Amino acid sequence: MATKQIVSPLPGTFYRKPAPDQPPFKEVGDTVAVGDVVGIVEVMKSFNQVVAEEAGTVTAFLAEDEDAVMPGQPLVELDG
Amino acid sequence: MSFDSILIANRGEIALRINRAAKSLGLKVIQAHSKADADSLPVRLADQAVEIGPPQAAKSYLAIPNIIEAAKASGAGAVHPGYGFLAENAEFAAAVEAAGMVFVGPKPETIATMGDKVKAREAAAAAGVPVVPGSEGRIDGLEAAKAAAAAIGYPLLIKASAGGGGRGIRIVRSDDELAQQLSTAQGEAKAAFGDGGVYLEAFIDRARHVEVQILGDGQDAIHAYERECSLQRRRQKVWEEAPSPSLDEATREELCASAVRLARHVGYRGAGTLEYLYDENRRAFYFIEMNTRIQVEHPVSEMVTGLDLVAAMIEIARGKPLPVTQDQVRLSGHAIECRINAEDPARNFMPGPGTISGLRVPEGPGLRFDSHLFEGYLVPPFYDSLLGKLIVHGSDRTEALARLTGALDGLAVEGVPTTRALHQALAADPEVRAGRFDTNFLERWLEERAATLGIGAKGD
Repeated sequence: MATKQIVSPLPGTFYRKPAPDQPPFKEVGDTVAVGDVVGIVEVMKSFNQVVAEEAGTVTAFLAEDEDAVMPGQPLVELDG
Repeated sequence: MSFDSILIANRGEIALRINRAAKSLGLKVIQAHSKADADSLPVRLADQAVEIGPPQAAKSYLAIPNIIEAAKASGAGAVHPGYGFLAENAEFAAAVEAAGMVFVGPKPETIATMGDKVKAREAAAAAGVPVVPGSEGRIDGLEAAKAAAAAIGYPLLIKASAGGGGRGIRIVRSDDELAQQLSTAQGEAKAAFGDGGVYLEAFIDRARHVEVQILGDGQDAIHAYERECSLQRRRQKVWEEAPSPSLDEATREELCASAVRLARHVGYRGAGTLEYLYDENRRAFYFIEMNTRIQVEHPVSEMVTGLDLVAAMIEIARGKPLPVTQDQVRLSGHAIECRINAEDPARNFMPGPGTISGLRVPEGPGLRFDSHLFEGYLVPPFYDSLLGKLIVHGSDRTEALARLTGALDGLAVEGVPTTRALHQALAADPEVRAGRFDTNFLERWLEERAATLGIGAKGD
């Protein structure tokens, strides 16, 4: 099984949840289909979805909720 | 209360603006900053700097305990909140006072009262200031809502009592729509603001946004005339001017006098702004809300009155009375401010942080550029996209527009996208030049030009 990574498209703040009082988009062990939203990157108060371009199963989150991230930084690790 | 040092609990251009005012008064400047702003101009130009947390605003500029701790540790005598972040947070103002320091702004109780839209409306009505026809306070239940709607008339707005910045507002046009939307609006208000209170207000179509700058010392209050801020995109102001091109002299005097009445009624201390909707057809103005802080667009008022509003609010915080009497405040000429944001108008205003690789600032009579940029500065992605404010002053609106055109042509910010081209197009637009616009003008204008100008392509 190959390991894939979903990287941040933009610099900003990474969020795993659609809103502070809601559950995360994905958890470790969840399956991810192409086009699924796995997180949000906030850049200058503009919220941008992080969308999976490949399918797989989440094996790890490489950035925590509310972490500062840079473009190209790995956010999610997928198997499959 | 006297103090000789001040902590600036903000960043960017407003931190520099406060720095300049504080130094002109001989104060020691202490700059609070996040890790991302360690190399910023406000930090470089401060006498002392204190880091208050990581880049994310929630953990730094919005973290009350961190800021109080930094202020105490640095021995600051006062705290200036700027705008945004904690500027209108009554809890923060109270925490500053409880720690034995001076909060540069109104009393915490005033922030709490005027920050609650229902209470602010009640205060306005009590001071004899016209308000938009609406429900008497919060609405409980559909029957009460329908009764209130019958008295106000459709279309109307359901607004969240604790909302702000254009959030938590819905338009309804009938009893059926009201019935559909009311409970959803209450649920949303609860989720977004932690307070499910809503109220109803008449919807005034094609209104202009006019606001009055006031200064109070806790006893007396004066106004520094009005600003016109109708050019907005997504309820964010992009272009502001003073005075409003839409008011006649009699309406201007009436409007400004009403603002002073409300400021006196609440014993206002510091700089504040009363926002109104202006119905040009009826020549009627209605109070909508008060901002209990210095505003982004304060420079246009400074340019037409010669006042230093930020210095004035610091002096008032030191216990001094108002710096001038009302009849010493003279309206002179016309001023326009353009907000230069790190956004790409051709790509639906997509924000673009990055490094400033080149900067050319125009110079000349009547020009001012309030900005924290320098060549090599990295514009961080964590905060709003304001790069600077280009402000022009002329003897009349025609001269101000001519100076604005020249100043926009002379401004160059390289390395990040900017909204300069939008302002150039607006400054050349016949309707804008004639002063004919309302709060929906810019969004209509952007839609119409999406195809031809490549500015503001729709959809997201």
